Amino acid sequence: MTALLELDALQAAYGESQVLFDIGLSMRPGEVATLLGRNGMGKTTTVRAICGLMPPQAMRAGRIRFDGADIAGQRPDRIARRGIALVPEGRQVFPNLTVKEHLVAFAANRAGHADPWTPDKVFAFFPQLAERRHHLGNQLSGGEQQMLAIGRALTTNPRLLILDEATEGLAPLIREEIWRCLAALRAAGQTTLVIDKYVERLIALADHHTIIEKGRVVWRGTSAALDADHGVWHRYLGV
Amino acid sequence: MAQLIFEQSLNGLQFGLMLFLLAAGLTLVFGIMDMINLSHGSLYMGGAYLGAAAAQASGSFLVGIAAAALGMAVIGILLELAVLRHLYRRDHLAQVLATFALILIANELVRMVWGPQPLMLNPPPALAGPVEVLGFSYPAYRLLIIAVGLAVAALLYGLVGHTRAGMWVRAGASNRAMAEALGVDVRRLFTGIFALGALLCGLAGVLLGPLLAVQVGMGENILILAFVVIVIGGIGSIRGALVGSLLVGMVDTLGRALLPSLLRTVASPEVAGQLGPALASIAIYLLMAGILIWRPAGLFPART
Repeated sequence: MTALLELDALQAAYGESQVLFDIGLSMRPGEVATLLGRNGMGKTTTVRAICGLMPPQAMRAGRIRFDGADIAGQRPDRIARRGIALVPEGRQVFPNLTVKEHLVAFAANRAGHADPWTPDKVFAFFPQLAERRHHLGNQLSGGEQQMLAIGRALTTNPRLLILDEATEGLAPLIREEIWRCLAALRAAGQTTLVIDKYVERLIALADHHTIIEKGRVVWRGTSAALDADHGVWHRYLGV
Repeated sequence: MAQLIFEQSLNGLQFGLMLFLLAAGLTLVFGIMDMINLSHGSLYMGGAYLGAAAAQASGSFLVGIAAAALGMAVIGILLELAVLRHLYRRDHLAQVLATFALILIANELVRMVWGPQPLMLNPPPALAGPVEVLGFSYPAYRLLIIAVGLAVAALLYGLVGHTRAGMWVRAGASNRAMAEALGVDVRRLFTGIFALGALLCGLAGVLLGPLLAVQVGMGENILILAFVVIVIGGIGSIRGALVGSLLVGMVDTLGRALLPSLLRTVASPEVAGQLGPALASIAIYLLMAGILIWRPAGLFPART
């Protein structure tokens, strides 16, 4: 099967300071992959580059192919309409839209899924959100905001879902809820790229892993390989 | 006195609603694209001139209204595609300089086409006289303006509050990058917003034409008030623009009408005569300063 997403020798820089030196990544449909590494190593920048959120002049070299098309440097809305949805770091729900509006405003089924995500399906997936459907984004707890950010991304029925630090800053019980939901998405065949810190959880969830250090890929392998080599954890992840 | 207060309150409401027509477009342009458009007032002037010319040529005020609104919407789209679109990524200084140039160009264009003399725009004859409202008499034409203003405000409120396009507008105003990352083509959305804003400007221009002089430079005075409104209301918020417009319209109108006589009750006529008009003309700026001390981002800030 051909790759859905493929990064090849990606380089990016903010002005004079280069952030990404050599990022490569390949994901096939239905896979769950992770980006690992300490803070400030370029994980979020990589995700921003995929989503078109880096300024065009920041993209220095390399390729980003999604579903066979070169998308590097395209506008973020075009990339989103091609089928990539982002659950961003910090959640970034809209304070001036209600929960229901978050799920209605961006809903689409451009890939023509037979059983697409709808607002009602998201409410069934996250019953807690259903109770708060008329609340504004800034009236929710952190956990509810995270569920909303995931639900909002799902209503675009993406072919690739990207989660950037989806469990960060959440209480343990809420974190469990997010892991449970990621496992359910995986079972439903959702292609997903995850950035997170909980290596054990990610080994249980994902197919393969890419570790980034100072803008370069330093390790790449399957969950079994990562599980077997705790030296990698210690060297690159500080755990 | 009761007649005066009643009449001036309605005048304040009427002025506030017309301010809202200008401020609505201005606050969205500023809020979503972070674009300072000084030439917004020129769209208002353009609407007044187009409307007056069309009404004179056709003999129908309705034709004048349609010409002003639709004409300015078209001009707004052309302006956005040809000039303003290239300014979004520039800093505010570049935007201010470029759109100030647009003011000068618009003023000269109008002078070349219609000459330096103000144009006359008469209200439709059927609405020329006063009518009875709650036992008071009030000009029928001003009442029409209030009705149109309320209708447009309600329409806009429904559009922004209850449609998907309205949700995109609000999402774009609070976090543009996130809205784009969810697939909203903010550029095309913005051309639409700009056209709507220009249409509302044109409508305000032609409606106020019979009350104020249709003349070169009429856009600049009202532009400053519109900026006061959106700063008070919170940049990017339609609700803020509405509340801010009504506040500014009321305070300005009632201040000018009532402050001098109110002051006479506590100060000597001489002091009141000098202080009253001076205080009235700075009343809205005092209002703005007070609100900004209380809420630095305005009453209904849209941005996160």
